[in-house]
Amino acid sequence: MFSRAYKTAVTLPPLLWVTVFLLIPYLLMFCYSFWSVSASQTIVHSWNLDNYGQLLRVDVYWQTLLRSMWIAARVTVFSLVLGYPLAYFLSFYAGKKKDLLYQLVIIPLWVSYLVRAYAWKTILGSDGVLNTMLQYVHLTKHPLEFLLYSPFAVVLTLTHIYTPFAFLPIYAALEHIPRNLVEASHDLGATPGQTFWKVILPLSIPGVVAGATFAFVLSLGDFLAPLLLGGPSGIMISNIVVSLFGAAYNWPLGAAISFCMLLLVVILLVFSERLEKKWSFS
Amino acid sequence: MTLLSIRNVAKQFGKNVVLRDISLAVAEGEFLTILGESGSGKTTLLRIIAGFETASAGEVWMGEERLDRQPPYRRRVNTVFQHYALFPHLTVEQNVAYGLRVAKRPEAEIASRVSEALEKVKMSAHAKSKPSKISGGQQQRIALARALVNRPRLLLLDEPLSALDANLRRQMQVELKSLQREVGISFIFVTHDQEEAMVMSDRIGLLRSGELEQVATPREIYGRPATAYAAQFIGHTNLLKSDVRGGMVRCGLLTWPAALPDGPALFSLRPENIRLASETSEPGTVRVRGRVRHQAFHGATELIRVECGDGMVLVVRTPGSGGALDDVELEFSAPDAVPVRESPERI
Repeated sequence: MFSRAYKTAVTLPPLLWVTVFLLIPYLLMFCYSFWSVSASQTIVHSWNLDNYGQLLRVDVYWQTLLRSMWIAARVTVFSLVLGYPLAYFLSFYAGKKKDLLYQLVIIPLWVSYLVRAYAWKTILGSDGVLNTMLQYVHLTKHPLEFLLYSPFAVVLTLTHIYTPFAFLPIYAALEHIPRNLVEASHDLGATPGQTFWKVILPLSIPGVVAGATFAFVLSLGDFLAPLLLGGPSGIMISNIVVSLFGAAYNWPLGAAISFCMLLLVVILLVFSERLEKKWSFS
Repeated sequence: MTLLSIRNVAKQFGKNVVLRDISLAVAEGEFLTILGESGSGKTTLLRIIAGFETASAGEVWMGEERLDRQPPYRRRVNTVFQHYALFPHLTVEQNVAYGLRVAKRPEAEIASRVSEALEKVKMSAHAKSKPSKISGGQQQRIALARALVNRPRLLLLDEPLSALDANLRRQMQVELKSLQREVGISFIFVTHDQEEAMVMSDRIGLLRSGELEQVATPREIYGRPATAYAAQFIGHTNLLKSDVRGGMVRCGLLTWPAALPDGPALFSLRPENIRLASETSEPGTVRVRGRVRHQAFHGATELIRVECGDGMVLVVRTPGSGGALDDVELEFSAPDAVPVRESPERI
């Protein structure tokens, strides 16, 4: 149908792009993860597994990785808990207001991530909006310290930021459920509750899986929220990677950690893809 | 015994009037077809009975129980949907069991009733399949089994055969009718296909632009159509615009006696009730000469268009005429010309 020249012209740019900006950097990163840094702060191109060993040996690395996963897991759960009912309401009950509400959910995505993170700083700080209000109504005498610079602040902020990402695929999945299936369920005597659990929820699983994957993967690799709001106890693995590539000048170790995260994410994506396939019936 | 009665039901969506003042009674064990073109409101009427739409006015009663205030899941009515609406994530068996499961029947009862229902529609072999793995005709049967397994008092069918090919369709018409007789449940069957309606129904309700034109048995509605629309929609007909004067009808060159008041009148005369005139015709036949304009061979019968002066054209259906015709004399019995009401224009 199309000439060879045309096909080449169309496929070449993206192929080049992916090679230059993805494959080669990943390959470089992979190589770096086997090298080391000498005492004189130069990269030694000798191949060994020391970095990966260090990752397992030094507590702070694997503990931070686990904590990051734990934070990401909580963000995922909260995003789903917030995003699912919202998507469900919008898809089934919003009627004419659907488009407007949908836009309202999307609009926060237009606001810079930094602005949203700083907003939480303003709200959660010791002189922040929330503490001032709590003291004003005499619920506490002293400002609550755990609000800011804590894993709590990170989970809260990431949930706020990534809920739309969980919402969107769920909403899409719900919109794809033929409404006559819902009618058929009612027709067969199922109450709205039974219909939800037996028809709507099972048919929206692919969307839930996709949304959960988004929320988990995006928050696992996040470094701004912990940097701005996490404090020492809210550090995540990406912050370590950033400092290894920066001040600590240990690119090889940073690369090793990055590679482990990449592997983790890829495994997760494969797993979630399988799950989505298993639960889709079109 | 009346099972369902629809009383003065009307429905409008905004300014768009879909149904006006529909009253209809469905008897116990009856096969009633709602026949109408697309946009006539037939599906809306069905959805009001099922509970997916609320009527703007009027009531729906089932026996002593007012139905239209109940949510759909409380009504002892089941529906076979146009595109079957089988649950894609459940197996055939689970689909059929759905109604019984949500009603929390004991598992042993569910198992026996489901296998019985699958047997009835000859689908036992596919019990473990997913709906996407079976054919349209098979999905159709499962949709039927899924509804009937709940032993509803009334089954609603929304153009269930429209997605099937012609052969399968005819086969299913017969099966559906015999299944209905066997289970003895009242069926309300919605279709736009007049042939289907004729073949299957005990009675047909002809719906036009949201109003019932006529409710009658297939024979009656065909033989004695009440309106011009009914006469034209069901089968073919010649509509004769006539004038009545002193008990005689005049239409072009035709005249025949009829006990009607003076004034304009409209008659329906079926093509098969007009014959090529023979030497010996009975008294009371109306005769007219004409010129054959068009002749179409249909196998068992032949359709001939005959111009009978004054620009009046009669369509005649005869058994094989045996060759090309030119000038012919036609005849019909006066009682076969059925007076019909004009169908007013409606938007």
